[in-house]
Amino acid sequence: MPPFWTTFFSRFETRRAGAYMVHPVDLGRLIIWGSYALILLLAPLVFTSSLSQTLLSQMGIAIIVCLSYNMLLGQGGMLSFGHAVYSGMGAFLAMHTLNLVSDGWPLPVSLTPLVGGLCSALVAVVLGWVTTKKAATPFAMITLGVGELVWAMALMFPEFFGGEGGISGNRVAGSKPFGITFGPQIQLYYLIATYTFVSTALMYAFTRTPLGRMLNAVRDNPERVAFVGYNPQVVRYISFIIAAFFAGISGGLAALNFEIVTSEVVSGYRSGAYLLFTFLGGATFFFGPILGGILMVLAFVLLSEFTKAWLLYLGLVFLFMVMYAPGGVAALLMMNVRLAAFGHLRRLWTCYLGLAGTALVALVGAAAMVEMVYHLQLNKAMGPEMNFMGATLNAHGTSSWFGAIYATATGVALFELCRREFVRQWGQANEDIEQEIKRRETA
Amino acid sequence: MTHANPNPALELRDLRKTFGKTPIIRGISLTVQAGERVGIIGPNGAGKSTLFHLISGRIEPTSGQILLNGQNVVGKQPFEINRMGLSRSFQITNIFPKLSVFENLRCSVLWSLGYKYTFFKFLMDLDDVNDRAQELMESIHLDKKRDVLAMNLTYAEQRTLEIGITIAGGASVILLDEPTAGMSKLETRHFIKLIRDVTEGKTLLTVEHDMDVVFGLADKIAVVVYGELLAFDTPEAVRADPRVQEAYLGSPVAAVTAPEAA
Repeated sequence: MPPFWTTFFSRFETRRAGAYMVHPVDLGRLIIWGSYALILLLAPLVFTSSLSQTLLSQMGIAIIVCLSYNMLLGQGGMLSFGHAVYSGMGAFLAMHTLNLVSDGWPLPVSLTPLVGGLCSALVAVVLGWVTTKKAATPFAMITLGVGELVWAMALMFPEFFGGEGGISGNRVAGSKPFGITFGPQIQLYYLIATYTFVSTALMYAFTRTPLGRMLNAVRDNPERVAFVGYNPQVVRYISFIIAAFFAGISGGLAALNFEIVTSEVVSGYRSGAYLLFTFLGGATFFFGPILGGILMVLAFVLLSEFTKAWLLYLGLVFLFMVMYAPGGVAALLMMNVRLAAFGHLRRLWTCYLGLAGTALVALVGAAAMVEMVYHLQLNKAMGPEMNFMGATLNAHGTSSWFGAIYATATGVALFELCRREFVRQWGQANEDIEQEIKRRETA
Repeated sequence: MTHANPNPALELRDLRKTFGKTPIIRGISLTVQAGERVGIIGPNGAGKSTLFHLISGRIEPTSGQILLNGQNVVGKQPFEINRMGLSRSFQITNIFPKLSVFENLRCSVLWSLGYKYTFFKFLMDLDDVNDRAQELMESIHLDKKRDVLAMNLTYAEQRTLEIGITIAGGASVILLDEPTAGMSKLETRHFIKLIRDVTEGKTLLTVEHDMDVVFGLADKIAVVVYGELLAFDTPEAVRADPRVQEAYLGSPVAAVTAPEAA
C-alpha cells in the first residue's frame, strides 16, 4: 500500500491506477477530497473580512481556469497562448445569459456559469479544430493567432462585447430558491466553491479515463499514438473542447462575481497570466494549478496593492522558477514530502532556515533598490524621501543606496554559501532514500 | 483469422518512392503469405526503413500499391492502417517516456479493445484492458518494472517494451525495424527468443543488420539493394545466390554466421 498522498498528489505519469487495487474504499483519497471540500466550506468562516471573501471567490474562479489550462499544458503538452479566449467567451456568453434571465428567462442564475461553459465548448468545437491540427510550436502559434483574432473582434463588435465599457448585468435576477439571491458575496462564494469542487473532481476524474491517459501519451509521443490506433489530433481536439468547457465555467463565475465583463478578459495578457501561474503552481502535478490559482489572486489583488513594481517582482519570480524549479511550487512541495515520508526532513531544517534568512536579507535589499527607482520615476513630485517597510529611505541619498546594495550583496553571498551546503545535504538525503528503497525492494 | 482470408497478408506491387529527384524505392513487388516470417536485409541506405515507413503509412509512396490482407492502404493514415491490423516498431526506441511500463501497455491496447476516445469510464474499471496489459507485461517479462517510468528503464528493457507496445493491439502483421539494434550479444539472444514467442502465428517482417538475428528469426529472406528487391527466398537459397553474395553478403559465403539455434 503506497502512502496515502500518492493518490492525489502523484505525478500523472506514476499514478498507481492498479488493475487489482480495491478502489471504492480508498481512505487516502477520501481524506484528501474531504479536506479539500472542508477547506472550501470553512475558508470564509475563518477569514471573515469582506476582502477575504472577495479573494476567496476569485481564488475559486482562478483554480478552475488554471486546472483547465493544465489539461492542455501539463497533461497534453499543449502550450496555449490563448486560453483566455475560452474563459473570456464563457464570461461574455454567461453575462448575456444573465441579462436574458433578468429579462424573464426561466433559468436559475446559478446555472449561468454552466451555460458559459457549454458555449465555450461550442466555440472550441469551431476554433479548436484549427488549433489542434498541429502540436508543439505550431500549436502555440495558432493559439496566439486565434487569441489576437478574438481580441480584435472584441473591439470590432461592440454589440456583443460592449466595446470599451464592456457589458454589465445584475446577478440578483430570476427565481430565488430558499431566498438565495446571490446578492451577498458570501452566497456567491458558496456557489463558486461548489463549482470549484465539482470541476476539480471532474477534471481529476478525466485524468483517469482512457482519453485522459491517451492525452498523456500524445504529450509524450504523438507519433507512437498514431501507431497504436489513435488519431493524436482527435485526442487533442476532444481534450481541448473539455478544457474550454471548464474555462468557460470559470469565466461564467467571474461574470457573476464582478457583474461586468470587459474585452480585457479575452486578451493575450490574461492568457499569459494563466500560463504563468499554472506553471508557477506546477504543471506536472494535478494539484499544482490549484496552488497556481491561489497565487494568481494573491499577486493580482494583494501584491499589486503593496507595490507598484509588482509586475517586476512577478517576472523575477517566474524567471527564477523556470530556471531553478521548473516543476513549480507543487514539485518543490512534493520533493519535501518525499523527504519527510522517509524521515529525512529534519536533517534539512537548519539549511532551510539559513536559506530563508539570507534570501530575505537579499530580497529586502533588492526590493529597496527597486522601490527607490520606482519612487524616483513615478513620484518625483513627492521628493526623494520615501517609506519602505517602516523605514525612511532617501532615494537621492548615498547611505540609503549603500545600505541597500550592502544588504543585497551580503544576502546573496550568504545565500550562495547556504545553497551549496543545502545542495550537498539534499543530495545526501536523496541518496539515503534511494538506498532505503533498494533495501526495501530486496527485503 | 488469417486462414479464413485467402489474400496474402501483405502484398507490394511495383512500389516506388522518390525523394526530390532521388529514387529510394525503385519498383519493389513482394508477396508475404499469412504467418510467414520475413527478414529484410540489405546494405545501409538500401531503402529498408523507407519500405517500412511506406507500408505503415508514415510516408506515402510515389506510385505502386500496398495491399494489407487484400485491402489497399496507400493514402491511409498510420492509425487507420494500424486499425486494419498492421503494427510496427521503430529503429529508434519509440515509447511513452513519462508513462510507466503498465501505462505504456494500457495505452497500446485501448483502441483494439474498442474504447476509442472514451472519457466516461475509469481506466481502473476496465478489466479487459488491465488484464490484457498485465498479460502482455508478463509475456515480455517486465512485470517487475510495472510502475517504473519508461524513461528510467535500461536500454534493453526499453527495446522490449517497444515490442510489447507493437504487439499489444493484436495486429496480425508486425513490422520490426532493427529490433536488436544497440543490444549486446547476450541480450540479443534472449531477445530473439522473446520475439519468436510473442509473435507466434503472426506475419512478421524484420529489418535487421545482425545476420544471426535474421537467420534466427526468418523463414524467408528479402534482399533489398538500392531500392530494388534482389532476391526473395528461403535463407539457404538466398545464401547460395551468387548475386546476393556479390551485392551484400560478400564472398566467400563462409563469412556469414551460421543460423542461430533460437
